[in-house]
This record gives sequence, structure tokens and C-alpha cells, in this order.
Amino acid sequence: MTLRMLWSALRLVLLATVVIGLGYTFAMTGLAEAVFPHQANGSLVRVDGKVVGSRLIGQEWTSPKFFHGRPSATSPAYNAAASTASNLGPTNPVLLAHIRAHLKKFLAENPGVKASQVPPAMVESSASGLDPDIPVEGALLQVPRVAKANHLSVATLRALVESQVHGRTLGIFGATYVNVLELNLGVLRLDHSSAAGSASASHSARSARAG
Amino acid sequence: MNWQGALQPFVLIAVVALLAWAMGSYMFRVFEGGKTFVDRALVPLERGVYRLCGIDPEVEMRWTTYVFALLAVNVVGFVVLFVLLSLQSVLPLNPAHLPHIPFWTTWNTAVSFMTNTNWQVYGGESTMSYLSQAWLVVQQFLSPITGICLFLVVARGFSRHSTQTLGNFWRDFVRALIWVAIPLAVIGTIVLVALGSPQNLHAYTHVTTLQHAHQTIAQGPIASMTSIMQLGDNGGGFMNMNAAHPFEAPNALSLLFQLVLGFAIPAGCIYLFGKMIKDLRQSRAIFAAMAIMFVAGALVMYHFEYAGNAVLPIHHVVLAAHKNMVGKETRFGVGTTTLFDNSTTAVSWGSVAASNDSMTPIGGMVNLFNMLTGEVIFGSWGVGMIGMLAFAVLAVFLAGLMVGRTPEYLGKKIESYEVKMAVLAMVVPSFVILILAALSVVLKSGLSGIFNPGPHGLSEVLYAFASGVGNNGSAFGGLSSASPWYSATVGIAMLLGRFPMYIPLVAMAGSLGRKQRIPASAGTFPTHGPMFVGLLTGTVLIVGALIFFPVLALGPLAEHFAMNAGKLF
Repeated sequence: MTLRMLWSALRLVLLATVVIGLGYTFAMTGLAEAVFPHQANGSLVRVDGKVVGSRLIGQEWTSPKFFHGRPSATSPAYNAAASTASNLGPTNPVLLAHIRAHLKKFLAENPGVKASQVPPAMVESSASGLDPDIPVEGALLQVPRVAKANHLSVATLRALVESQVHGRTLGIFGATYVNVLELNLGVLRLDHSSAAGSASASHSARSARAG
Repeated sequence: MNWQGALQPFVLIAVVALLAWAMGSYMFRVFEGGKTFVDRALVPLERGVYRLCGIDPEVEMRWTTYVFALLAVNVVGFVVLFVLLSLQSVLPLNPAHLPHIPFWTTWNTAVSFMTNTNWQVYGGESTMSYLSQAWLVVQQFLSPITGICLFLVVARGFSRHSTQTLGNFWRDFVRALIWVAIPLAVIGTIVLVALGSPQNLHAYTHVTTLQHAHQTIAQGPIASMTSIMQLGDNGGGFMNMNAAHPFEAPNALSLLFQLVLGFAIPAGCIYLFGKMIKDLRQSRAIFAAMAIMFVAGALVMYHFEYAGNAVLPIHHVVLAAHKNMVGKETRFGVGTTTLFDNSTTAVSWGSVAASNDSMTPIGGMVNLFNMLTGEVIFGSWGVGMIGMLAFAVLAVFLAGLMVGRTPEYLGKKIESYEVKMAVLAMVVPSFVILILAALSVVLKSGLSGIFNPGPHGLSEVLYAFASGVGNNGSAFGGLSSASPWYSATVGIAMLLGRFPMYIPLVAMAGSLGRKQRIPASAGTFPTHGPMFVGLLTGTVLIVGALIFFPVLALGPLAEHFAMNAGKLF
């Protein structure tokens, strides 16, 4: 009886390995690609036909012309092939040093902003290291800098940020935020329209927002 | 705290109650006879599986035979997974050309997925090929099902009487797979993809950003694994950062749906139990005890994370808000992040939407507490319910001691054998956690793996063993869990936290099944009222607190007071 049971167990596990390991994974992939190809392929965003990133994966933004994201603990920052958090505990002196350094950088980049205006998310690193979003206030604080660098009016950019706010789910879950890549595509579109430029970039920016 | 955040656990519990009813009624029909609307399609499949595997689903088994068959599936599953993972470098579907997996990682991972722990000593996207991930998915289906089988056999110990036999393992196992796990996982995958998770087999995507920088984006068959990792309360994610990774949970709605997946079966088991013993009032009492501890934990964690790290203002870093966003994602906010992580530690699930290591001391301690109490606040597929039944046996025993009467529970006399088995199931895990944690903080190989200094380091070590023994898999990510010491010892902890914990309870069920049912009399302590809910909650809290209070005082509590004094380590 003992051997018989082991033999049944082996057959059951091997059957599961084939049906689930291979069958389930492949069938789900085929189905997903057929029904929701945009999401199944990583919500990629294209500008002029070239992939410039994923709507869901944060990027490192350094140019003053763009809105910047949160600090990232991956190495190098925003390494989308090896997600990680800093894992620094609350009483670790390194955490305090990191937050101070990020705050100093944020204040230097955005003259006129006071520390007491800065939301914690802008100076504390995210969980995935790939957070694509920032709090709405985090974007509004950057508006004067981005406006100046792009020769746009502060009012136009404020309106852009406010038009892109994602609300809470079902009124209570999650948080309000803006997506940095969507926002920067919006900035690019404003740049182009003020220079009467390319229609394709504005088209991409619109479709990215829909995703 | 804001009102939206404070409301969330209550809304979730209401949803979980509905899930309990829906899934419980469905599973009752699946396991205890009766028809379901999918029988026409699934019964032929079921027969095919029996034929292919040489199984007779009709033979009634004693508890010993049942456990033997269950262990056979686990042992064989472990060996097959171990071999397949070892072959990664020569097998196909490895577009990122990931190398051979080191021995200790393979060992720890195979144990981890077989015991439904899903503790991960590796970063998924940088270690596992698509094919290796698919092999892990197999155990993500099979391991929770062994849990529900353990539950069914224990529940039959209460629902049957004067019998030696408690069901057929193969039948329970195959039906759980075909009627419950596979259909729900398929639905889950589709919804997750619709909400944004990728599902493809392409090589990682190379992009040039608007700033002309390069980024390599890891992708893969993520939704199919996320679906079963949440449904099966496995928690082992495709990506290193699990549900905090935007591909695994792209928005709060996706995370909420994952909560629904994770609660579906554990909550269903509570209702199923009431149907099996033909007394739903008992289910309500158990649900109430779990819900009270769940909501309390969620609110405490939310409060402390929202209040934030006191070190910052003391050291003159005054920001626009105090809330702790270190290791949290913007789209979830503090409320939904803590709701999710409180759920995943309470449900022996282990998925994370944050870096738990970076939580405030008390926020992290709530996670620890959920695991240290034995994963009975819902718990994963069936085993949470068994753990809670052990506490219930203990509770009626304590009540019996107070009035000097032989205790009864659900019409069965609770005698010394039952109490011994229940106590054994509680003492072994606590003993393993404390001994291994103690060894780790005196041995060099253990100490060198600690990441954060001061009392937080002790919390990291305690967390690792609590998670392993609780078959949870949640982690304080700073600890070098991939070192040989932690790979080996957490592996042992996972094994000891599964089999020596649950087999005594199956033995207890064997003994209960042989007993006569005795009718309730005026002297019977009612186990369905608020009095019993209080007694049960008290038993869980006191047993959890008494055994672990000293180490919690040295770890998270000490850090909490240090933090409030602005002390750094």
C-alpha cells in the first residue's frame, strides 16, 4: 500500500507539473495577449513609434525640464530589472542621513520651497524602487522650476497637473497621486503645441493617459 | 489617521464575511457531497485524473493513512521541484540568461514553496527563469491544497462520530484542485491583466527614455503567478518587491482584488466548518474572534505608520506630514498599504505591499504578532481554521478548569489526549522560533546577516523565524536571508512549523472521530456566544503575549521607546 501511494503521488505531481506548470502558464499568456495586449505587454508607452518606458515603471528624471519622481533604493536608481527597497529601519542613522540628503537635493532643485511644504514621499524612498507616481503636492512644488525651464506659464502647468490627478479607489482606498511619465509627456505636448510642433507626440501622450 | 484609512478594515471585513458565505457554501457542495453548477464539465476531468494516477477515490481512510498520502504528495513535490530548479541553466525559457541557482537557495526555495510558506531568499526577476517560475507556480497550487485537506480531516473529526475513518485524501485533494484552485486562479489572472499586470514570455524590454537614458524593464508571465500566489495565500511573487512592484499591483484596485483572492478560501473554510458540523453559530463565533483581532491589528498598524517616525522631527527634519512613507508606494498610501500587510501576515500569506523592515517599531510588531500567535487570524487555506480550533479546545479546557467540569466542544468530550495534542501544536512552533532566534543572535554566522543596528536587528531575526514557522513568508527584507545560515535554519523552521504543528491536530481529530456525540446539557459551556468569543480571543492573545513578551520587549518595544527619545543606533 505504501509503495502504491508513493507511485500515485508521483503521478499526481508530474501531471500537475505539466498541466499547471506549462499548461496554465502558456494558456494564460495566450489568453492575456489576445484579450488585453496593452497590459499583457507591460503598458509600454510609445512616442513617435519608439518605446520610451512603461506607464507603470518609474524612471530616473534629472533634467530640470521634467517633473522628478521619488528617491529609489535600487542600484542604480530605477533599475527595473532588480527591484528593491532600502529596508532601512526607523532608528538607523543611515535612514536619517538619506532623508536629509534627499531633502537638501529637492530644496536645491526647487528654489523657494520650504522643507515644511515637502510631502514625505518626495524624500523617502519607495518600496519597489520603481514607484511611477508622486503625491499631487509633490508635483505642484515642482511646477515653478519646470515652467521656467520650459518657458511655460505656471498656470498652464498647474492646470496640467490638476488635470492628471488620479483619485482614491471607491472613495476610500489608495491615495491621490499623479503619474510622473504621464505628466512629463503632458509637458512635452505643451512644449510642442507652444512651438506648433509634432502631432504624433501629443497623440502618444493622450493614448498614454488612457492606459 | 484620516477617516478613509480608518474605515478600510471595516469595509474589508464586511466583504470577507460575504466571501465566507459564498465560498463556504460552494466548498461544502464540492467536498461533502452535493452538486455544483460546474459538475457537468469537471466530473469527467476528475475521473481522468483518478485513472491517470491510479487512485481509488471511494476508500475511506483512517487519519494515519490520510496523513501518509498527504506527506507522500509533499515529499514527491519537494523532490520534483528541487530537481527542476537545479536544472535551470540547461532548461529553456530563460531569455534573461539567468545562471544556475545556488544549492542553499534551491533547498530553501523548494521547502518554502512545498510548505506554502513562499519565503524568498532570492529576487525573482534576477534569479528565476520563466520556466523556474512556472515550476514554483505548481507548488503554489498544490501546497495550499494540502492545507485544506488537513482542515477537512480535522473538521470531520468533529462532524463525524463513532468512526475510525475521516475521508479520502485523493478525492479531497483532486476536487480542491479542479473545483476551487484552477478555476479561481484563471479568473484571477484575467482580472489582474485587465487591471494592468503583464503576462508575456518576451525577453526583458530595453527602452530609451525621454531623457535618452537606458532602462531594462523585467517582465514575464507575472499575472498568472500573482493570481495563484494571492489566491493560494502563498505570497511568493514573481518580482523581488512582490505586491509593492507596480507590475504585480499596478493600482489600489488591483491590490484590493488581491485581498479578495487571498481571503476567499480561508474565510470560506470558517463557514464550511459550520456547515459540516451543522451549527453555523459556531462559525460566527470563530469569525467574530478573528475579525476582532484583525481589525484591531489593522488600526494599530495604520495609526503608528500614519504617526510616522518620531526620529525625524526630533532631529529637525520637519516635513509637510509625519506619515512614514519609507518603503511604501504612492498609489496605495499608508492606509491601504497597512491594510494589505496586516492581512498578509494575519492570513499566513506573506505577500507584501511595502518594505516591512522600514515600518515603525509598533507597525512592524503588529506583523510579528499576527505571525507569532500561530497564524490563526484567518490563516491560510484551512490551517488557520485548524489552529483556531486548537485554541478553542484550549479555551474550553481552561473554562472547564475554572468550574471543575470535563470540558466539551461541539458535542465531543475534550479529554487529556486532545488537550495534549492541542498544546503540542502550540508549544513546538514557539519553541522553534525562540531557539533558532536565540542561536542566531549569539552565533557569528547569524549576527553577520543582520542589516539594521540596535533592537531593530533582533526584530529582523525574530521576524524571519516567526515567518518561517508560521509558513507565512513575509519578510523584514534587510536580513541577509540568502546566507547559508539563514537559508538552512529558516528552511528547518518552515518544516517544523508545518508538520509537527498540524499532524498532532489531525491525531486529535482521529481521537475525536472515534468518540460518541454527547447532547448538550444545562451544564454545557455554550461556544457560540460573546462570552466564548471573548474567551477565545483572550486565549490567543495571552498565549501569544506570554510566550513572546520578553523578546518583543527587547526588540520592537525597546526600539519604539528609543525612537520616541530620538535615539539612533
